[in-house]
Amino acid sequence: MAQYVFHPAATRGFADHGWLKSYQTFSFAGYYNPQRINFGALRVLNDDIVSGGGGFGEHPHDNMEIISIPLEGELKHRDSMENAAVIKPGEIQVMSAGTGIYHTEFNKDKNKAVKFLQIWLYPNKRNVQPRYNQINIDNNIKNVLHQILSPDPMDEGVWIHQDAWFHKGDITAGNTVAYQIKKEGNGVYVFVISGSLIVDDHQLDTRDGLGVWDTRNITITASTDAVVLLMDVPMEVDF
Amino acid sequence: MAVCTTPSILAVIQRLINNNPNWQCTGAATLKDVIQYFNQQPFDLVLLGSGLTEQEERALIAHVNQKTPLVKHYGGGSGLLNCEIMQALPV
Repeated sequence: MAQYVFHPAATRGFADHGWLKSYQTFSFAGYYNPQRINFGALRVLNDDIVSGGGGFGEHPHDNMEIISIPLEGELKHRDSMENAAVIKPGEIQVMSAGTGIYHTEFNKDKNKAVKFLQIWLYPNKRNVQPRYNQINIDNNIKNVLHQILSPDPMDEGVWIHQDAWFHKGDITAGNTVAYQIKKEGNGVYVFVISGSLIVDDHQLDTRDGLGVWDTRNITITASTDAVVLLMDVPMEVDF
Repeated sequence: MAVCTTPSILAVIQRLINNNPNWQCTGAATLKDVIQYFNQQPFDLVLLGSGLTEQEERALIAHVNQKTPLVKHYGGGSGLLNCEIMQALPV
């Protein structure tokens, strides 16, 4: 029987560093809530706003799969593997941090804020060779869940070291889409980027999250025009 | 004790932990260092970061787990560190 955990937007952790405002679904940095640690392999879901000209100076990461999805504005990335890129809405960036990588992330615009989701997943293998990739995922076809991430380098979207699949959909009001969880033992975390929708009788609004597991299928009906991100992840993680 | 074979990342982890006046962190970059330090003093917690081989990790876990809680550290920086320590140490 399907199980659910609901994370209303207003219950997220919040950090205000002036140049950075970060809404955190799961415990992160100074935000610690033992009831909000992870959803299976999904460990971090941060909804970040970086002011014009602001950004994260050089800092390290290791042993996490780090995904960035810009929502508004553009983000400049540089890393210790000599990757230098700008990511913008309609694109997705992935870093497999593995044995360790340093990077910086700055708002490309000096005046307007950049808004993006930063998502971390536990990897299914520690100490992998670090890697970086970004691709365009822009798709104008509405009422379809488009795959933007998977474990398979040959499949659609970016790939990561984890049995996880991400889908993004732009659903118009009144329409319903169905999603089948890709792997036995996975659950799916539904994050509403904008709008209102109903997931299996659960009402969700902008920036709400709903984790669903012990089922294979969910249905999503848009109450208003909505943009949704589905993160299909293993529920059991070998720490 | 924090274990990580990349000196610069280990230094970041140590600095972040030592910023908390209630915590004190010793850094170890090799399995040999871990065993040496364990022979010198007790630790409340071991954070196992990146870089050891699978064999070294198994040896470390076997050596440490009998004496001290061990947590695999993920992230290499400040994001998950506080939570990992708070979950592992008794209140």
